[in-house]
Amino acid sequence: MSAPVPHLPPAARRRAIGVLALLVGVALAVGLALLALRENINLFYSPSQVAAGEAPTGRVVRVGGLVEQGSVRRAAEGLDVEFVLTDGAERVTVRYRGILPDLFREGQGIVAQGRIGPDGVLVAEQVLAKHDENYMPPRVAEALREAHERGVRGAAAEGGR
Amino acid sequence: MAWTFLTTRGLDGLAARWAPRLLAVSALLLVAGLYGGLVLAPTDEEQGEAYRIIYVHVPAAWLSLYGYVAMAAFGAVALIWRIRVAEVMMAAAAPVGAAFTALALATGSIWGKPMWGTWWVWDARLTSELILLFLYIGVMALRAAAEDPRAGARAAAILALAGVVNVPIVHFSVEWWNTLHQGPTVTRLAAPAIHPAMLAPLLVMAAAFMVYHAGAVLLRARCLLAREPAAALAEEAA
Repeated sequence: MSAPVPHLPPAARRRAIGVLALLVGVALAVGLALLALRENINLFYSPSQVAAGEAPTGRVVRVGGLVEQGSVRRAAEGLDVEFVLTDGAERVTVRYRGILPDLFREGQGIVAQGRIGPDGVLVAEQVLAKHDENYMPPRVAEALREAHERGVRGAAAEGGR
Repeated sequence: MAWTFLTTRGLDGLAARWAPRLLAVSALLLVAGLYGGLVLAPTDEEQGEAYRIIYVHVPAAWLSLYGYVAMAAFGAVALIWRIRVAEVMMAAAAPVGAAFTALALATGSIWGKPMWGTWWVWDARLTSELILLFLYIGVMALRAAAEDPRAGARAAAILALAGVVNVPIVHFSVEWWNTLHQGPTVTRLAAPAIHPAMLAPLLVMAAAFMVYHAGAVLLRARCLLAREPAAALAEEAA
């Protein structure tokens, strides 16, 4: 039998096989463990999962989604705020008293941590903002928005004709 | 002749020549990258000036993974060929990689407070990066715990290799699970989701960190060789 690695002496070859076996074994073990933990590693439930009853009520959970446009209602006095998280399919109302992170705004990804009451409203103890992976200067962002609006207007004009 | 760096004396000579040069180059790249990132790069639409911590955080995070793979590769060579130089290089790579990991965790935490609203969250990305730091520390501790540095290096190499499985977990954690940490901006198949004027200094910083890593590991290897001359002499005699 011709050796697949010509310059490896038998002892070194045995050790090389040992190293490979170690790598494969650990990868398999960790892979299986992660597969078993699958859902539990997720940081938050989506509104659809909450609607499907997957999130336990009465226990502290995290729900993540986008803040629905026009859903943010602030109390006239104090720090009370109420908004709706959505994933496009389902909605979860969140009630919170406290200071919101800088990135909080309508359309922004948010993770709210708290308890879901019997009325289905999440009373949040903590609200975290998620930010996306895009970085661009304001002028570029503005140009993109304008181009998008022109496109939308163009499509609307096309449709109206 | 070309393989003289495989002897401890060869490695010492190589490190003596190259470590200062690499560290000097990395200092120049660092100045250029920081100037580009902190002065020339435009402000970010969403995060304003605060996003500029990316120029330390992201290269440090990349190097924490790169440094781990390098350390484990030296460990594999040490295990298979029983070469002392590889054991020394593995041991030298551990604290440098650990420092980058700690830097990535610290800058990430500082960035997380204003943007996310929290210093820390136990999501898959942050937790797996913390495990990476513990793996580095474990490799350092295991090697130091043994009476004989060579036996310690072999045990540490096995841990380093077993821990390699965590590297893809750190990288893909943001895709496999939902996390507070966002997805990859640069290291993905699609075009980078960052403006070219912001990307350029980031790549210069990554190059600076990478060259620093090579220089620091070689310098550290020299220290280890100087600190453990007995084993080296025994090897030269054999």
